[in-house]
Amino acid sequence: MMMIFGVPLAVFMGQLTLGLVNGAFYALLSLGLAVIFGLLKIVNFAHGAQYMLGAFAALLGFRYLGINYWLALFLVPLVVGGFGMLMERFLLRRIAHLDHLYGLLLTFGLALIFEGTLVNFFGVSGARYSTPEALQGGLNLGFMFLPTYRAWVLVAALAMCLFTWFMIERTRLGAYLRAGTENSQLMQAFGVNVPLLITLTYGFGVALAAFAGVLAAPLYPVSPTMGSSLLIVVFAVVVIGGMGSILGAILTGLGMGIIEGLTKVYYPEASNTVIFLVMILVLMLRPAGLFGKEA
Amino acid sequence: MNTAEAHNANEFADSQTTLEMLRVHDLHAFYGESHILHGVNFDVKRGELVTLLGRNGAGRSTTLKSIMNMVGRRTGSIVINGNETLTMKAHHIPRLGIGYCPEERGIFASLDVHENLLLPPTVRSGGMSLDEIYGMFPNLYERRKSQGTRLSGGEQQMLAMARILRTGARLLLLDEITEGLAPVIVQKLGEVLMQLKERGMTIVLVEQNFRFAAPLADRHFVMDHGQIVEEISAEQLPSRRDHLNTMLGV
Repeated sequence: MMMIFGVPLAVFMGQLTLGLVNGAFYALLSLGLAVIFGLLKIVNFAHGAQYMLGAFAALLGFRYLGINYWLALFLVPLVVGGFGMLMERFLLRRIAHLDHLYGLLLTFGLALIFEGTLVNFFGVSGARYSTPEALQGGLNLGFMFLPTYRAWVLVAALAMCLFTWFMIERTRLGAYLRAGTENSQLMQAFGVNVPLLITLTYGFGVALAAFAGVLAAPLYPVSPTMGSSLLIVVFAVVVIGGMGSILGAILTGLGMGIIEGLTKVYYPEASNTVIFLVMILVLMLRPAGLFGKEA
Repeated sequence: MNTAEAHNANEFADSQTTLEMLRVHDLHAFYGESHILHGVNFDVKRGELVTLLGRNGAGRSTTLKSIMNMVGRRTGSIVINGNETLTMKAHHIPRLGIGYCPEERGIFASLDVHENLLLPPTVRSGGMSLDEIYGMFPNLYERRKSQGTRLSGGEQQMLAMARILRTGARLLLLDEITEGLAPVIVQKLGEVLMQLKERGMTIVLVEQNFRFAAPLADRHFVMDHGQIVEEISAEQLPSRRDHLNTMLGV
């Protein structure tokens, strides 16, 4: 059997795929965080809870309304994103004029409320969401066995990242978003409805988290706390990448997933901490992050 | 007076209100606790170019910002084209046909020149086409793919002007557009303003460079301590020039 640095190729490739899939989630979530932070200047601590709500909405939608995976993938981001817009309109907007730390506290509090409510009804053990039939099984690539669903997650997450990048960097609405991030007051003076832009942006960021949640539902146990543990790592990814660029968030997310995966192969004990070690290194050498703009 | 003359006089009186593009009355503005404008009064007729002159801190930029609803709190009255705007939301005001060019130019670094130019939404029909704008500012066409803030100061100023010409705005509020620019660029801006005037635009120019403003303007308003302290028409200007120079501390 072929070996890579003393590890069988199949094991190496297996962990690499796993790392890439995790990285795809990091990318989707840090992308949403970066978009929200850019315009609202709020660190959205509810992002993990909103990801979890996405997974739960898929689970409950299937259980009680018979909504299948494919429909959920489309509907859940709309519903949870719409819920996010209500959060922005009726809660975040009220404190928008205050120090942005209040936004962090408010979103953190909301995250605890969402989690606590769901724990109350469903417990913490988590439920299984079955993989859609078309994506069950796997592909034998010769050198490794690739589970179809993981391949799909990778493709879907990357497609969504590219779609987001395109929307922000190549469309008129995206130009509004970029310009509003720089100087929202001047955008008002041009006649752009900035409050509406803020609501839509927050809703979009939340919808990205919910989309990630639906993608995650067949992979991980759907539980109220699934978001909070992931969010800590995602924050580290955001710190590493810097809040500066969309492409930066995507690349850092994938890169950190791969580094984490490879650490699992060569030094499994460090796999949970390696991202934080990278974060410390980056903070020491480039405090604004790999893709961030020096302040 | 014969009847025709009387009729004309009447018509003149009737059209007084519609001739007026902007009327600012007893405008007070506040940033937090500090009271910046102390009852500003002035009016601008359609097609007129007026300047707001004064020393730094006299309240000229704040007057423009107050018109755009960009300051903390305002009282008094600002009527644009017959609409009272004091209670309007900030993003509705430009829709009355106003283009604002801020002192710091406000070119966006994350947008290229072309995107910067296309950014402000159209507020009225009849704005200049992209071809016309690029014809007026050939430099911008050559550099349309560059990042907005990579342009020279003069080019950035051209861009800041150009982008509000596309929107169809008929009232332009221009804040210190010649500040820190080379004489040849200042001259170009003067030509542009003349062309805009010929097109019937109404222009309020906050200006430090009196020599630039003097040949262009119909009237000058001198500001001091958050008030208009003097109005000087273009005809009165030659006899008042020395007086004005002392007032402005030039």
